[in-house]
Amino acid sequence: MRKVMFAALAAIAVTTSASAQAHDDQPPSSSEKPWSQADAYFGKETMADARRAVQAGGGAQNSFYVLFNQLEAQFSDESESLYWNGQASWGDDINKLWIKSEGRTSLNGDGTEDAELQALYSRAISPYWNLQAGVRHDFEPHGLTHGVLALQGLAPYWFEIDASAFLSEKGDLTARFEAEYEFLLTQRLILQPRIEANFSAQDIAERETGSGLNSIDAGLRLRYEFVRELAPYVGVEWQSEFGGSRDYTRVAGGDPDQVVVVGGIRTWF
Amino acid sequence: MLSRRHLLHYTLGAGAALGVAGMLPAWARSSSDGNLGITSASGTAFDLEIAEFPVRINGKTGKAVGINGQLPGPLLRFREGETVTLNVTNKLQEDTSVHWHGLLVPFQMDGVPGVTFPGIKPGKTFRYQFPVRQNGTYWYHSHSGLQEQLGHYGPIIIEPSERDPIGYDREYVLVLSDWSFTDPHRIYAKLKNNAESLNFQRRTLPDFLRDAANSGFSDTLEDRAMWGKMRMSPRDLADVGAPTYTYLINGHSTAENFNMVFQPGERVRLRIINASAMSLFNVRIPGLPMTVVQSDGLNIQPIETDEFQMGVAETYDVIVAPEDDQTYAFVAESIDRSGQAVATLGPRPGLRAAVPDLRPVPSLTMKDMGMSHKSMAGMSDMENRPTMSDMSGMSSMDHMTHGDMPLTAMGPDPHGPPTQLASVEASLKKGPGVANIAAMPSSRLNEPGIGLSDQPHRTLTYSQLRSLEPNPDSRSPQREVVIHLTSNMERYMWSFDGVKFSEVTQSIRFREGERVRLTLINDTMMPHPIHLHGMFFDLVNGGGDHKPRKHTVVVKPAEKLSVDVSAEHVGDWAFHCHLLYHMHAGMMQVVSVLPSTDKMPMDHDMMGHDMPMEHEMPMDHDMMDHSAMGHDKPEEMK
Repeated sequence: MRKVMFAALAAIAVTTSASAQAHDDQPPSSSEKPWSQADAYFGKETMADARRAVQAGGGAQNSFYVLFNQLEAQFSDESESLYWNGQASWGDDINKLWIKSEGRTSLNGDGTEDAELQALYSRAISPYWNLQAGVRHDFEPHGLTHGVLALQGLAPYWFEIDASAFLSEKGDLTARFEAEYEFLLTQRLILQPRIEANFSAQDIAERETGSGLNSIDAGLRLRYEFVRELAPYVGVEWQSEFGGSRDYTRVAGGDPDQVVVVGGIRTWF
Repeated sequence: MLSRRHLLHYTLGAGAALGVAGMLPAWARSSSDGNLGITSASGTAFDLEIAEFPVRINGKTGKAVGINGQLPGPLLRFREGETVTLNVTNKLQEDTSVHWHGLLVPFQMDGVPGVTFPGIKPGKTFRYQFPVRQNGTYWYHSHSGLQEQLGHYGPIIIEPSERDPIGYDREYVLVLSDWSFTDPHRIYAKLKNNAESLNFQRRTLPDFLRDAANSGFSDTLEDRAMWGKMRMSPRDLADVGAPTYTYLINGHSTAENFNMVFQPGERVRLRIINASAMSLFNVRIPGLPMTVVQSDGLNIQPIETDEFQMGVAETYDVIVAPEDDQTYAFVAESIDRSGQAVATLGPRPGLRAAVPDLRPVPSLTMKDMGMSHKSMAGMSDMENRPTMSDMSGMSSMDHMTHGDMPLTAMGPDPHGPPTQLASVEASLKKGPGVANIAAMPSSRLNEPGIGLSDQPHRTLTYSQLRSLEPNPDSRSPQREVVIHLTSNMERYMWSFDGVKFSEVTQSIRFREGERVRLTLINDTMMPHPIHLHGMFFDLVNGGGDHKPRKHTVVVKPAEKLSVDVSAEHVGDWAFHCHLLYHMHAGMMQVVSVLPSTDKMPMDHDMMGHDMPMEHEMPMDHDMMDHSAMGHDKPEEMK
């Protein structure tokens, strides 16, 4: 499993450099202009600049995207916390820098429980899928860096999927699978079922993580898009732990099965 | 940029309508403002100033970019046979341009930055000068950035040098457009980030319940599953609709009620121009039949209809003859039925016709995807789910260029000539920019526009159009060029043959004097108004030597249609989808008409018609400066 991941990371690196070279080859040399008949009227250099500009404005633009899919307060019998799950990207149609962040901070004064930031190179590999590779750094519960390999995109039947594998600097392999769907109750009232599952290839005692399936969060959020970019929502989420992780939580005196009520804002721009 | 004059209009404009009227050119003012007809800005010399200025639409102030402070720009009236000079001054902070849509001008006067000229820099004036060798209804607009969305467009009427075969007592120009208070770059960014975010006509739970009640739960579920499996939406009719857009007729919203006046019994000519950035319109006048007499500036054999769909950039001239002393609503409804603009045609000024309700939203069908219902069984083959093995080969999945494309022979074309044409077609495969390839594209010329098939009244189809005059060039095409219209809606990528304009390394080459069949295959789910500068399309619709000749042709989803083109005018000519954001995303190419090597530009005997030169063929070769056109410098053309 670990070997596969290293091989895949290496493959990405090779492909990336290969495509960078391909880009270098792209601009046609002056003898192979895509078209040039206006040069005779307005001059070669003037037209060369104008040609570059018009072509760049025809599909080579970079786009910038920020999405806070979840920015919410979570209320359970035991605690209140603030949870965020967001991402941002910048780049052209094929190659992008992709940032993801997820974390939770206590509203009961217990500090930040989890906080992670991922910086990934994302490459469009098919109509609906992006292959992503990069690093993840956990700021909480304690500093830890991982290599990341992820597949993000849109599955048939309109399921948004993000499947990531993480290899920590200590050699621990974990994985996360997120899927969500949108039911349009009206043009603006949208019900979003969402599931997140975490897996580990080994027991990681310092993170109170058992091997196998550790946790599933299954949520249902109902939002209203006053404008598409800004939608307040309410929802409910079932958060359960399994296997060794469940035991760790029990030993620590926590409840491995919780139902939390959530309220927040989904926003993008 | 708020000038004193504009301020005066604001302070004087007690109501929205008055405020608008002050901003409008005389010909676009409502009859309620005392203007019963069209006052023309005619002559041979025109000064046009491109600047930013405020406009009020539905009582709200927005920022326009347009011509001479007017939205739409002034009506330019030319006379066939004259030479016109237009000095265009750029008062913007960015480059601008003016393209004369449908006018056959020397290519260096065509106004496409980076293709035919460098563009007009801020503070500079560009002098356009060209002979007017055609007549009819045309228009002009910016070809720079996204300025068209902001109001940079206006109508052109060219009066024929000889008697107009169309008789009428009164005429109105109707410039249809889609206005937004949102900055067009912001609109594009939204489409890029979330392509469906400006669509408020999607299928929802109530639609599901209604369909389930009508056709059964399992059938409805199966239908939803089919679309879901393809990750496509049957309501992908328009990328941008209301409420992002307010639809306008001559700068008037429905509330601002553009007014046309007639005397019962008169023949009224309506020159309708779709100058919108993104909106196809369904045009109708409930209770009043329309006789279509011209399309894209060229006369057609009169055909009576009740409704037609207009692609962006198309023009239609219709004659209406209202007999009764009543008001009629002129309705321009957006293809996605999210909104409409309604004007009034009434016997007296200041009347307001009853505004019809928006009709139910149509849904696309499997036909629009290029496959029959039956072929869905084989869909698993079409799945393009990435696996680890796919990933290793991903470097080959993009950056297709024309150079890589092998020549492939095409099957016989039912509309084509009896002999097999040599044909060039790109080998296409799915990738990030190509989500779908129509498995079974078909001719859809005998269908009206998308969503109009089930109307209880007559609807116009392309197959009905016949040119009034015999076609000037009735030669069979010598070869065929096949071009796929390609996209990935999810990534909002649009291209020809999977190659974005930014990736084009060589233009499409025509040889001067040759007759080429251009076959367009739409692999996307949307209708695309495809426009080629500098040449007219002879639409291969069964019209024999009376094919309709168009500057812009709408290619329906999964449609395969052909147009024949006579490459007469040497130059580099823009070729693109006239949906502004599709063009901006890369759905554009250049067609280079290269001088014929034998220096015999055009043998008129070859054309099979011994016809006098007419407006379709304006570039009399004697009139053109061949040396200036680069004929003497073939090495420049490489």
